[in-house]
Amino acid sequence: MSRRVGEKDISGCAISGIFNRKGLRFSGEAIIKSIALMRERSNGLGGGFAAYGIYPQHSDAYACHIFYDHLKAREDVEHFFNKHFCITLAEEIPTRKLKAIGRPPLIWRYFIQADRQRLERSNLTEDEYVVQCVMRINAQYKGAFIASCGKNMGVFKGVAYPEEIGEFFRLEDYQAYLWTAHGRFPTNTPGWWGGAHPFTLLDWSIVHNGEISSYGANKRFLEMYGYQCSLMTDTEVITYLFDLLVRKKKLPMNLVVKALAAPLWSEIEQMEEKEAGQFKAIRAIYGSALLNGPFSIILGHRNGFLALNDRIKLRPLVVAEEQDVIYVASEESAIREVCPQPARLYFPRGGEAVIGELEGRSQ
Amino acid sequence: MSLTMKSPEFLIDRDDDRCINCQVCERQCANEVHYYDHDLSKMSAVDLNCVNCHRCVTLCPSKALRISKYPLEYKENYNWSAEMINNIFKQAETGGVLLTGMGNPSRKKIYWDHLLLNASQVTNPSIDPLREPMELKTFLGRKPERVEFNGEGNIVNLPPQLELGTPIMFSAMSFGSISLNASKSLARAASELNMMYNTGEGGLHQDLYQYGENTIVQVASGRFGVHKEYLNAGTAIEIKIGQGAKPGIGGHLPGEKVGEEVSRTRMIPQGTDALSPAPHHDIYSIEDLRQLIYALKEATVYAKPVSVKISAVHNVAAIASGIASAGADIIAVDGYRGGTGAAPTMIRDNVGIPIELALAAVDDRLREEGLRNQVSLVVGGSIRNSADIVKAIALGADAVYIGSAALIAMGCHLCQKCYTGKCNWGIATQRADLVKRLNPEIGVERLKNLVKGWSHEIKEMLGGMGINAIESLRGNRLMLRGIDLNPNELEILGIKHAGE
Amino acid sequence: MQESRREETLRMKRIYALEEHCLGCKLCEVYCVASHSVSKDLVKAHKTEEITPRVIIESSGDTSFALQCRHCDDAPCARACITGAMQKDPVTGIVSCDSERCVGCWTCIMACPYGAIRRDKYGRSIISKCDLCAEEGEPSCVSHCPNNALIYKELEANERGVE
Repeated sequence: MSRRVGEKDISGCAISGIFNRKGLRFSGEAIIKSIALMRERSNGLGGGFAAYGIYPQHSDAYACHIFYDHLKAREDVEHFFNKHFCITLAEEIPTRKLKAIGRPPLIWRYFIQADRQRLERSNLTEDEYVVQCVMRINAQYKGAFIASCGKNMGVFKGVAYPEEIGEFFRLEDYQAYLWTAHGRFPTNTPGWWGGAHPFTLLDWSIVHNGEISSYGANKRFLEMYGYQCSLMTDTEVITYLFDLLVRKKKLPMNLVVKALAAPLWSEIEQMEEKEAGQFKAIRAIYGSALLNGPFSIILGHRNGFLALNDRIKLRPLVVAEEQDVIYVASEESAIREVCPQPARLYFPRGGEAVIGELEGRSQ
Repeated sequence: MSLTMKSPEFLIDRDDDRCINCQVCERQCANEVHYYDHDLSKMSAVDLNCVNCHRCVTLCPSKALRISKYPLEYKENYNWSAEMINNIFKQAETGGVLLTGMGNPSRKKIYWDHLLLNASQVTNPSIDPLREPMELKTFLGRKPERVEFNGEGNIVNLPPQLELGTPIMFSAMSFGSISLNASKSLARAASELNMMYNTGEGGLHQDLYQYGENTIVQVASGRFGVHKEYLNAGTAIEIKIGQGAKPGIGGHLPGEKVGEEVSRTRMIPQGTDALSPAPHHDIYSIEDLRQLIYALKEATVYAKPVSVKISAVHNVAAIASGIASAGADIIAVDGYRGGTGAAPTMIRDNVGIPIELALAAVDDRLREEGLRNQVSLVVGGSIRNSADIVKAIALGADAVYIGSAALIAMGCHLCQKCYTGKCNWGIATQRADLVKRLNPEIGVERLKNLVKGWSHEIKEMLGGMGINAIESLRGNRLMLRGIDLNPNELEILGIKHAGE
Repeated sequence: MQESRREETLRMKRIYALEEHCLGCKLCEVYCVASHSVSKDLVKAHKTEEITPRVIIESSGDTSFALQCRHCDDAPCARACITGAMQKDPVTGIVSCDSERCVGCWTCIMACPYGAIRRDKYGRSIISKCDLCAEEGEPSCVSHCPNNALIYKELEANERGVE
C-alpha cells in the first residue's frame, strides 16, 4: 500500500451504476460486465464497486470494510474498535486467488455499533461518532484503511482492472439494489488499495470521473468544518461536500446539487424571481463548494443515487431507464452491454442532476 | 537660516533644438519650475522645484523635455544613503516631521513577485474566456452558517450583500485628500462597472449621492461628514480603524485644503485643519468596536453590511478574528505598501507588514476558527496588476481594494507630493485651476478601461487554470507556488515551492 | 426664420469650448500653427515659418476657453467683405477667406461679433481665421486638447453651446 503523501491525485476514469428503484436486489455480475466494457478508460491501477443492500441481516450495524498492510495494523484497529464500539461480527472478506491481483492486503469486515457510554459522553450523534472514529483511523493508523463504514452497504476495491476486482471479491455472491463501479486511470499516483474508488463516508459513496480544478478551494472549505482530506483525491472532497451540505447543513438535495454544479449567472438571470433568488443565495453562501472543472459522478446512498455532471459538461454521462431499473455510465455502450434496448436513453445536461430514489423513500 | 543644503532631486534637460518656446510647460507646472527667460529669449528651469510628476513632459508638444535623477553623488556609503542625508538636511532646517505621499517605495521583498500561478495541461481542460462563460461575480457580506427557509421555500436568513461584477473595488480616498473631479471619476466609474468605490473619511459631496448604490461610506476617527443621511446613502458602511500607509496614527487635512465644498461636505469650518485622531475615541477595545458596528447597523436598520478596515500589523490575524466575532460582515486589511495623501515618512516606510503575509495569516486564522465562510475578506495595499488580484484571491481574499492603481489610471505619476496640495494632475489638490485638469469624463473612461482590462486578464488566468467562476479560486492555494522563498515564508503563505 | 436658422446651426459640425475643462495651456494654439504650416511639422512650423494661430484663448483668472470662428449662419464678415474674399460655403457651411482676394481692409474684423478674426502678424497684410482644418477631418485644436475642453460635433437640440 504505497502512497505518495501530499500530492494531489489526478486520474481519468470510467464509471457505471445500476439501480432498481423497487429495491429488488440482484447480483454483481451485470455491473462487472458493464464496467468491463470500458476497459480502455482504465489502466489497471484501480477499480472498485459499491453495493447497497448486501447485509440485510446486519442492517442496524455499521459495516466496516478495512484493508490492513500487516497484522500489527489489525491489532491496533481492533484494539481501538473494542474500546469505542460493540462488535457484532468480525470476519475476513472472502476473496478468490487471481493472477492479476499481485499482493492484496488483508481485507476484513466488521459490523459495529458505538459503545453506548462513550457515545453519550461524546455528545455526538452516532453517525458523527462513527465518522470521527473512521477519520482518526484513516489519518493516524499506519497500515490500516477503512474503505467503507455505512450500514447495509459495502465497498469492494483494489489495484487492478475493475472486472478483476469484481472477480477477486466474488461479487456474484452478493445481492444489492444499487451497484456503482469505477475503473481508474491515474496519471501520477502509484495505485494503492485505499486510493481506489469508490470513496465513502457512512453510507455515501462516490464514483467519479474528472479533475476538479477547484480542489484547493473545496478542500480548505471542508477543513474549516473538521474534515481531513488525507487522500488528496477529488472523490474524497466530493463525498465530504455532500456529507457537509446534506447531513450537517440540512440542505435539500436539489439545492446541494445547485451548490456543487451551480447554474451560470446568465442562466440564473433568466429564471423566475423565486428560483433566481434561491440559487443566487446558494451561490453566494456556498461558493466554496462549487466543483469547478470537468467531472461526472455517481453518488450512492441508502435510498438511491444521484448522478451529476459539471455545469458545462466537460465529461461524458449517459442515463437509461428500463422498467424499474436505471442505468448510468460514462459511455452508452456500457449500458447497452447489459440492457441492449432500454425504454429511454438520454444525455443529461451539464449541472442537471439525475436522481434515482427507492420508491416510498426520499433523502 | 541663511544656508540651505537642499539640492535638486531632478535635472531638467531641455532640447533647445526642439523647444518652440510655447510655454505650455510653464503654464502647467504648479511648482514653478519652468520660466521664459526674456533676456535669453528661451525657456529655462529651476531644477530644485521639480518633483518629477511628468506633467510638462507629457504635455510638451515637441517632446523637448527629459527629466533625470540629478547627478549629485555623495561619497559612497552603503549605510548613509543620499536619501538619509538629504532627510537630515531637511529636518535640520525645519525641525519638522518628514512628510510624504503615496505608498512605501522602499526596497523590501514584494511577495506578489515571488508567487507563480498554475495552468491546466491534459488532465483537465483550460477554458477559453472568449468562447465560454467566465464568472467574476462576487458577494461581500455575512453568510449564514446554515440557511433557513420559509414555508414557500425561500431562503430567509441571508444578510445584505454587496454584489460586485468583478472582485475589485476602489479604496477609500476622501474628498479633501483628492479633488472632487477625482471623486466624481471614481464614483461614476464604479457605478458604470457595477463595483464599489469608498468615500474615505471625507463625507459625501452632494453631487455624489446619486451613485449611492455603488458607494461604501466610511466612518473614521474624525467622523467628518457622518450623519444619518450619509450612512444611509451608501450600500455598505466601513469603519476605518487603520490604513496601511500609516498604521497607528490619524490623519491631517491642512486648513488650506478645506475650501467651501470640503467644509460643507465634512461639516467643519472653512480653513480649519481636519484632524482625525489616531484611535476612535469611542473604541478602546474590541467590545467597543462591537458597539459601534451595531450602532451603525441600528442606524441603517440592518440593511447594509458593515466593514471594518485595519492595517496589516504584527498580530493582524488575531485582530481580524476578533473583528469577525464582533459582528463585522467584511474585514478589509490594508498592507504596508498602501497609499496615502499624506503620512510621516518614517511611519509609512517602517510600520506594518506586507499584505500577502497578512492575508495568508488572516485567512488561515479565520478558517481555524470556522469563521471564514461567515465574513468576507478584502485586501488592499498595493495591488499593482491583475495577477496580484488573482494571487490575492488564491491566497484567500474575496476581493481587493485598488487605490494607487486607480489614481495612476487617472494620471498620477507617483511623485509622492500629494501632501503639498499642488498635484499637477488635478488629483490630490483642491486648487481650482489644478482640479480642472482632471476632466471627470476622461477619468471615468480611463478607470473603466483599467478595470475592464484587468477583469479580462483575470478571466484569462482563471480559464488557464480550468476554472470558470472566481469563487473556485478563493483560498485555492494549490494554484500558487513560491519562488525564492524560504520555508518559513512558504509556511506562512501556505503554499509549496515551485517544483514541489 | 428663427427656427430654420436654429436647425441649420444644429446640422453643421462646429467646435464648442467647455470652459470648465479648459486649462489655458494653449496647446490648441501650438497645434493650430502646426496644422496651418507648410511643413506640417510642429517644430519647423514654429522655428522656420511665420504663422498666426487662428484660435484665440480668452482668459480671466482661472477661467479660460479657446475661441475660434463660429462659422455663423448669417456670416456678417462675409456680408461686410468688400472684395468677396470672405465666403460661406453653402455646402459645408465653413466660412473661409481667399487670401488672394483679401486686401487687408479689416472690415471683417470690425463686423465679427465674436472677435474671432485677427490680423495675420506676418507677411502680406491680410486676415487670419479658423477654417476648421477643412483638409484634416477634425480640427487640430480639438484632437490635441489634453482635457477634452474642445469638442467638434453637431449640436443636439437640447444641448448648450457657445453660439
